[in-house]
Amino acid sequence: MSEGVSSNTPLLEVRGLTKSFAGIRALDGVDLTLRAGEIHALLGENGAGKSTLIKTITGVLRRDAGTVSLDGSPIAPHSAEEAATAGIATVYQEVSLLPNLSVAQNLFLGRQPTRFGFVREGETRRRARLLLRDFGLDIDVTAPLDSYSVAVRHLTAIARAVDMSARVLILDEPTASLDANEVEILFTVMRKLAARGIGIVFVTHFLDQVYAVTDRITVLRNGRLVDERLTAELPRMDLVRMMLGRELVEATATHREAVSPTAMSEPYAVFENFGKSGYVAPFDLTVRGGEVVGLAGLLGSGRTETTRLVFGVEKADQGTVTIAGKPASISSPSEAVGHGLGYCPEERKTEGIVADLTVRENIVLALQARRGVMRPLSRREQDEIANKFIRLLDIRPPDPERPIGLLSGGNQQKALLARWLATEPRLLILDEPTRGIDVGAHAEIIRLIRQLCADGMALLVVSSELEEIVAYADRVIVLRDRAHVACLEGDAVNEPTILAAIAADTPQAA
Amino acid sequence: MNRLLPVLVTTAVFLVGFIICSLQYPNFASTRVVANLLTDNAFLGIVAVGMTFVIISGGIDLSVGSVIGFTTVFLALAIERHDVPPLVAFALVLVICAAFGAAMGAAIQYFDLPPFIVTLAGLFLARGASFLMSTESIAINAPLYSDIAGYAIRLPGGGRLTIIALMMLAVFVAGGVLLHFTRFGTNVYALGGSRASTALMGVRVGATTIRIYMLSSVLAGLSGIVFTFYTSAGYSLSAVGVELDTIAAVVIGGTMLTGGYGFVFGTFVGVLIQGLIQTYITFDGSLSSWWTKIATGVLLFAFIAFQQLLVVLARRPPRRVAGVVPS
Repeated sequence: MSEGVSSNTPLLEVRGLTKSFAGIRALDGVDLTLRAGEIHALLGENGAGKSTLIKTITGVLRRDAGTVSLDGSPIAPHSAEEAATAGIATVYQEVSLLPNLSVAQNLFLGRQPTRFGFVREGETRRRARLLLRDFGLDIDVTAPLDSYSVAVRHLTAIARAVDMSARVLILDEPTASLDANEVEILFTVMRKLAARGIGIVFVTHFLDQVYAVTDRITVLRNGRLVDERLTAELPRMDLVRMMLGRELVEATATHREAVSPTAMSEPYAVFENFGKSGYVAPFDLTVRGGEVVGLAGLLGSGRTETTRLVFGVEKADQGTVTIAGKPASISSPSEAVGHGLGYCPEERKTEGIVADLTVRENIVLALQARRGVMRPLSRREQDEIANKFIRLLDIRPPDPERPIGLLSGGNQQKALLARWLATEPRLLILDEPTRGIDVGAHAEIIRLIRQLCADGMALLVVSSELEEIVAYADRVIVLRDRAHVACLEGDAVNEPTILAAIAADTPQAA
Repeated sequence: MNRLLPVLVTTAVFLVGFIICSLQYPNFASTRVVANLLTDNAFLGIVAVGMTFVIISGGIDLSVGSVIGFTTVFLALAIERHDVPPLVAFALVLVICAAFGAAMGAAIQYFDLPPFIVTLAGLFLARGASFLMSTESIAINAPLYSDIAGYAIRLPGGGRLTIIALMMLAVFVAGGVLLHFTRFGTNVYALGGSRASTALMGVRVGATTIRIYMLSSVLAGLSGIVFTFYTSAGYSLSAVGVELDTIAAVVIGGTMLTGGYGFVFGTFVGVLIQGLIQTYITFDGSLSSWWTKIATGVLLFAFIAFQQLLVVLARRPPRRVAGVVPS
């Protein structure tokens, strides 16, 4: 990549940055050195202080101590806009652009070319096209932003930042909702920008991506700087150790021992020729107790759609369902719950948690719904259930009365899991259970999944991370273009085979 | 295309309605009817332009009806009781309205209050103030008023394009230019998309919000001036509930109540549709004028349902990364 940086003065130099919230040190003397033309990974578990560091650099938060210098001169922005004016732009995971405006308007909002006070529409469009072409995007810039994929929105946000003469670009988990193809496009753009001398701070949870694109790595833990290293000289194991501060149980590297040969236990749920036209092509799916079935495929391949059909969120228009040997119908989530199904959706924030309710209320939600309004759970029962799962799943902080919105992503996910475990489901559907949570919680969730199926529960798990699926799945169903294209079992459950199935040009025998 | 659809549908509804009326009543399709349609709804149209800005920005302004009422009483008192020259009185009242709107905008912005509550307070304040000034209807007899009433562009076919109709058309044109061709206009749409994002993108959200409510109140004041031209009187009970007619006109015109989408032209057609219903009832002669409200209600509901349908359709999965050329 772009080694051999000429200048001696770093582009961005952060020294001894300190920030406390209510007496607790969120950042403690953190240093960060970003050289021009460098892609620099900022890593750490949730709570390590990455977000606080970014917010303190960009003036969203006020620092207690420390200095930030851009090109050798100290800066102290008071807001994100001031930081942007100084040349430090941030692109957040949830792209902060305007979905209802056109791409061109988003690129030039507040700085459109004008003549006599009127916006020159044609000129705006021309400049927008020119700018995006530079990023490898050739799209209709007059179309509203929300008609484009998240990847295009990210590129638009980055293009806007770069065009506003950003010299430092902070990308806060830009790849969290992109598929592999889109990630590659983003990386191409990042490399191109770095080659132009822009310094990029890249926050991500995906270690593969760190090794694919970055030059240098800074690791934070508990608000302190652990170390700064050259990516090429840092083995992955060491990196994980630096992030966790302890030996990682290498849960994710090996394929799960075949606890239950598929022939062993009775099928719990059998879906035959199940599908909905224009949604997911008809598929056959059998899930047995004590078995984990993984659903793999690219974003938009029909993984989430499959789970929504199975749980009755979307009504199937063909096919049959057999639950525990008896024909059944699942045309609504409540029917699904009645058949012993549980569902943790992918969109944790919008479809899962109720942010303003407490952890306890969130946990008992599904159980209460199943019992109906006429038989309310007593407060004592609620406390018992909540405390049991907080202990069992190690939800932190262990305070059942805290609004769940205040918990970290990993802990929210655990509380969601607890919600469904409380109903004692026979078949639990997990859609991206580890998305957006840190490495430590990640391993715990995977351990939990294994534990659950050892207890006889059937699991249907969607994941974009192949190594993760390989780690826990007994069988893997591969989807492509909204159809089930392959079912892998036994030794075939490994990354290369799954990848091959995802990437295959011709439909394989399912 | 999708964004234009609501406006196109509204326009089609108006044209179909107009044709139906014309088939039923031979005299309907005349410049006279059209000119009267414009004159009778001039005050509604002017205030609706301001409301369009407010609603696109994601807000609401419930105070406009009261501001119109306040303006009429203020003008009547100033001109008739205190001998203020009408033009000076107009300028005065517009300044007061601007300050009033700016205050509401500032309260919304800096105290982080919902526009609904702030402008509801504004509704009571303005109406209360007009009652305080006078509870009776005061006729305005200034010469300017009779001059304005007497002047009009005569159209072929007997129609009279009055000053107030022309004023409304001018406000619509100016409003359209402001909304669609200036940075301020784009910022209004941006606010309706997301306040937080707009702020992050460096737009001065506070200044924009204050200007939006100022604009709405000033246009309400102008609408009040037009209202006194129309009625030649000031009365504290005038224009009660007009804020709701205004919101209805804007929404029927295809503007999303949730903000972010809409056109000034749509509002124009929305106002005309309400006027059309009224004119139809006048032509019929036997229908109660309250049918206007019922028809407006039905239309409003139909349009909101239609918009929701569009929103649902738009929620289909987004396009793939089209046209990306990795290099």
